[in-house]
Amino acid sequence: MTQYNRLLERLAPWIAVLALIAVWEVTVRVFNVPPFIFPSASATAQALVTFAGPIGMHSWQTFWTTMAGFGLGVVVGLVLGFIVGSSRFLYHACYPLLVGFNAIPKVAFVPILVVWFGIGSVPAILTAFLICFFPIVVNVATGLATLEPEMEDVLRVLGARRLDVLLKVGLPRSLPYFFASLKIAITLAFVGTVVSETVASNQGIGYLMMSAGSQMRMSLVFAGLIVISAMAMVMYELFALLEKRMTGWAHRGQR
Amino acid sequence: MTAPATLDQQTAAPPGAATPFVAFDRVSLAYDDSGNAIEEISLTIEEGEFVAFVGPSGCGKSTFMKLCTGLNAPTAGSVRVDGAPVGGPLKICGMAFQSANLLPWRTTLDNVLLPLEIVKPYRSQFRRRRAEFEGWARELLRTVGLEGYEDQYPWQLSGGMQQRASICRALIHRPRLLMLDEPFAALDAFTREELWCVLRDLWEAQRFTVVLVTHDLREAAFLADTVYVMSRRPGRILERRRIDFPRPRELAMTFEPPFTGLVQELRARIGTIRSS
Repeated sequence: MTQYNRLLERLAPWIAVLALIAVWEVTVRVFNVPPFIFPSASATAQALVTFAGPIGMHSWQTFWTTMAGFGLGVVVGLVLGFIVGSSRFLYHACYPLLVGFNAIPKVAFVPILVVWFGIGSVPAILTAFLICFFPIVVNVATGLATLEPEMEDVLRVLGARRLDVLLKVGLPRSLPYFFASLKIAITLAFVGTVVSETVASNQGIGYLMMSAGSQMRMSLVFAGLIVISAMAMVMYELFALLEKRMTGWAHRGQR
Repeated sequence: MTAPATLDQQTAAPPGAATPFVAFDRVSLAYDDSGNAIEEISLTIEEGEFVAFVGPSGCGKSTFMKLCTGLNAPTAGSVRVDGAPVGGPLKICGMAFQSANLLPWRTTLDNVLLPLEIVKPYRSQFRRRRAEFEGWARELLRTVGLEGYEDQYPWQLSGGMQQRASICRALIHRPRLLMLDEPFAALDAFTREELWCVLRDLWEAQRFTVVLVTHDLREAAFLADTVYVMSRRPGRILERRRIDFPRPRELAMTFEPPFTGLVQELRARIGTIRSS
């Protein structure tokens, strides 16, 4: 019985996906929705197969620009988070600024980026970067800033410098926060890339969806949506796995 | 708060005596404008002496520890340790607190080794002499009864075992001064008494100087050579009490009249402070 339950638990996400597809297909058929407004699941699947070549090409474009922006976001996020979290003064000084920056809709940056860098991959990479570095900064900084004072006393009395405390205690301690933020950041990075591509690119899934939409080929638009969310889900799971491997000590309750 | 300081003459070192290991001379500390946390503390601690501080909560016992280790500087008066005025964190100190504060990503052994990665002169030798240092840590863990748990992570240990490891961590760099801030307060009564004996045995073997801050009068009287009773904030020393029970002391002693009488007396003293 417990084995059966466990199997059911592992299959649950797949069952949910299948159920959603079934509801989608049935709804479209029952209400007889025209395909240029809302294509059925089967029509979308057909589009996925028919246009596999161009979809693959554009997905690759979206994938690598997202990963480039994400990589940039991780590096900048880590460095900035370390700097902001390592000093109370900087923490208080920079935090409101970061929050204010994060509140700006990133799509508003795209026209600026186009003026600076022209149409193409660069604005997409930078938009992905701008949207995804914030959660990394906040998480790393918070992990560092919330050190137990007793632990700090134990080390300070030994003559530990600020950097010792940060490297021996602060950084490992903030790793679970960091890896948790990566999962959020990677999905945000996809959002950033696609938003930029729909406005200012002639490559990528965002562009593909935009041009397909203007030709009323809705099944292709929906195929694009599915490809993006599939890529984001795979990357999310990858980072969830990485998180579990790297910071197992922080998740002991779930074993 | 009205009780005047009843310092006896013994606290001031008699002229001509060897310099005491720790000497507080009319020390006061105010963290901010809200007044002194401790006030006019004068006392001396000999090398190898076991000293306990008891008093109502918030009486500045932990402040005393921070002054003694050089984590805080006094607002008035002077603190001398080992003959020299304290000007910054003292590397000859080890510290342990009520919460064990072990790092969850390090094994017990690596947790105990942490101070050697930081304190001079060991930090520069750590890579080269790692095997030797590990030997020290294993030996220390064995003496506190943690043999076989070296490679376990802190969350796999019980609270008492974590506290044992925490004491090992405080002792690994062979400090001459051990600071204990209510180290057993979060443990159950049986574990606590067990750890008293662990601490007693460590001290008997190595004879470092101990400053123990505690709420537990039995603990203070069982372990210490000298018990200081502190007043409410601002903390002053109200009484200095030598504990002359012969050593090594056995736990059974704590249930017998001379000891229970002493604890009663101390308790009454604290009771009057609390109600004043």
